[in-house]
Amino acid sequence: MANSPEKEHPVETFGWAARDASGHLSPFNFSRRATGEDDVRFKVLYCGICHSDLHNIKNEWGLSIYPMVPGHEIVGEVTEVGSKVKKVRVGDKVGVGCMVGACHSCESCANDLENYCPKVILTYNGIHYDGTMTYGGYADSMVANERYVVRIPDGMRLDAAAPLLCAGITVYSPLKYFGLGEAGKHIGIVGLGGLGHVAVKFAKALGSKVTVISTSPNKKTDALEHLGADSFLASRDQDKMQAAMGTFDGIIDTVSAVHPIMPLLGLLKSHGKLIMVGAPYEPLELPVFSLIIGRKTMSGSGIGGMKETQEMIDFAAKHNIKADIEVISMDYVNKAMERLGKGDVRYRFVIDIGNTLAATKP
Amino acid sequence: MSKSPEEEHPQKALGWAARDNSGTLSPFHFSRRENGDDDVTIKILYCGVCHSDLHTVRNDWGFTRYPVVPGHEIVGVATKVGNNVTKFKAGGRVGVGVMVGSCKTCECCQQDLENYCPRVIFTYNSHNPDGTINYGGYSDMIVVDQRYVVRFPDNLPMDAGAPLLCAGITVYSPMKYYGMTEAGKHLGVAGLGGLGHVAVKIGKAFGLKVTVISSSPSKESEAINRLGADSFLVSSDPSKMKSAIGTMDYIIDTVSAVHPLLPLLTLLKVNGKLVTVGLPNKPLELPIFPLVLGRKLVGGSDVGGMKETQEMLDFCAKHNISADIELIRIDDINTAMERLAKSDVRYRFVIDVANSLSQ
Repeated sequence: MANSPEKEHPVETFGWAARDASGHLSPFNFSRRATGEDDVRFKVLYCGICHSDLHNIKNEWGLSIYPMVPGHEIVGEVTEVGSKVKKVRVGDKVGVGCMVGACHSCESCANDLENYCPKVILTYNGIHYDGTMTYGGYADSMVANERYVVRIPDGMRLDAAAPLLCAGITVYSPLKYFGLGEAGKHIGIVGLGGLGHVAVKFAKALGSKVTVISTSPNKKTDALEHLGADSFLASRDQDKMQAAMGTFDGIIDTVSAVHPIMPLLGLLKSHGKLIMVGAPYEPLELPVFSLIIGRKTMSGSGIGGMKETQEMIDFAAKHNIKADIEVISMDYVNKAMERLGKGDVRYRFVIDIGNTLAATKP
Repeated sequence: MSKSPEEEHPQKALGWAARDNSGTLSPFHFSRRENGDDDVTIKILYCGVCHSDLHTVRNDWGFTRYPVVPGHEIVGVATKVGNNVTKFKAGGRVGVGVMVGSCKTCECCQQDLENYCPRVIFTYNSHNPDGTINYGGYSDMIVVDQRYVVRFPDNLPMDAGAPLLCAGITVYSPMKYYGMTEAGKHLGVAGLGGLGHVAVKIGKAFGLKVTVISSSPSKESEAINRLGADSFLVSSDPSKMKSAIGTMDYIIDTVSAVHPLLPLLTLLKVNGKLVTVGLPNKPLELPIFPLVLGRKLVGGSDVGGMKETQEMLDFCAKHNISADIELIRIDDINTAMERLAKSDVRYRFVIDVANSLSQ
């Protein structure tokens, strides 16, 4: 007989969970494993709200198992380390992103690409090696294998660093892998939300020329003056889109709703690359001619491996890259989810777990 | 008042053209330009029947200008060369593929990628710089700028080698560009027609393991025994497809009908590449999750540049690769087109122009 979430592990933990596809979150008592010899245990201080959290609590991808404690942009302070842990010590600031385990024997794992391991264990809504559910960062503490913990460099603001653990790596990885983040390249970022705004910052820091491509003309000022984009392209303006055709080396598409990609392929130079990091659930229409004429490519990219996640955090610290956030209290989370569903946030909510979670214990 | 096709240029030519979107071809008198300093005049001996010819005569893509003389897999003999021509001599075996001109100055042209030049001139159904429409290889002769002519290797048969000028380069180019040349890697070839069968041969010559992915179980024996594929995967068999999940490094998708991409994407390993060379006339459904979860790539490729077309021909000559063809007389072209529309050919028709097209 399976144990209840409260009893299955020895360490009492408190968080917020969704219990059904309404997605409504509320206080939830559960438990985590004891700190193993390779584990790092930390007190959670902040957790970013990723759009994936919203998709998952509402079971929009059909994979949700309830009760679900979401949260995979987790930052905190180490309280205990296992005997074999070398990376961090008690008191260090650390983060955990979207995964907490993998097989460690496949080709992807051997190449530090745990994210592409067919047996990757996600931080929440996943199944751990012992068969129990994994619970995420909307919780007071977290324990994870050292391999899946990144060090947050000293002096880095913790709340604004949290979103980098998913949004940051999700855009940093393809900028590097596809050779788009470098001087001389002209990159388009489609969608100016959690992923998009961080993509602008990383791409600029890597030396690219950046154009934000958005359906919302009212984001122009922010894009240019606050985020540092070089230009702004209103995607509903046919004349402007026409004039921009064939001018982009690459486009990072962060939009998770279904949308037409033919105009985006048209914006690419020949041999240009369209990288999908937003994950629409329904298929998109691919006009094959648009790939063939000009030998263009369309690829996907999903987060990044642990080695490059650390590299990304270190890069962000060095270049002072932070997410633009709205810090909220734990009990605001349902309202935040509602606003997130309407795109009403500039540009990531971050839950102040350290200061506001405990007060919600019934 | 614009001149008729017969009068607009000084050299008389005879071909077969379609005059409307029924696609029915019949004799057509037209004319070709005088041989200029950079030109090669070619007596056409053979011309392959590419599926694009069928799409064009029926106006499937919506941009056909009638009358249209198709044909861009042309093999023949040079009869005259211009003063500036050094690569070819009269009497030499030559070939012409899908293009006869480009701007020569843009970045693509400078990188020997004339096929991606925004001002590329295709062998038929394109405008010449003088504004006239050009006509393709279902004809007795053609005049082409030397840059767009290739030497046809001595040890390749001229009839079976003709399809290489389009089908051959169409699969060779992406295999090189997308890195599908590492011996031991696993290539899937989706569709076993004109493009697909040549892809199998070239893939094997690169040392790849090759699996044919096809909806026609009847093609299995040929694929393995005659073409040399290592295995055959029936795409309509769910259990076979399931066991092949995540086993291929690359897939060349030659299918020109609308078809689902998801089953092909699942066959790819992480970082796998699906390259589309077929030209469906409607968009395909592309699910994004498989791309994101496996960092997979979907890419296009469109024939190849002139330098690599020559390289491809020389490669095929070295490895004894030519197409499997059915030689036909020009008079039978309409029947051949109908059979091609039903994929009833193993695997390319080639028109015996010299022996069947006469004044």
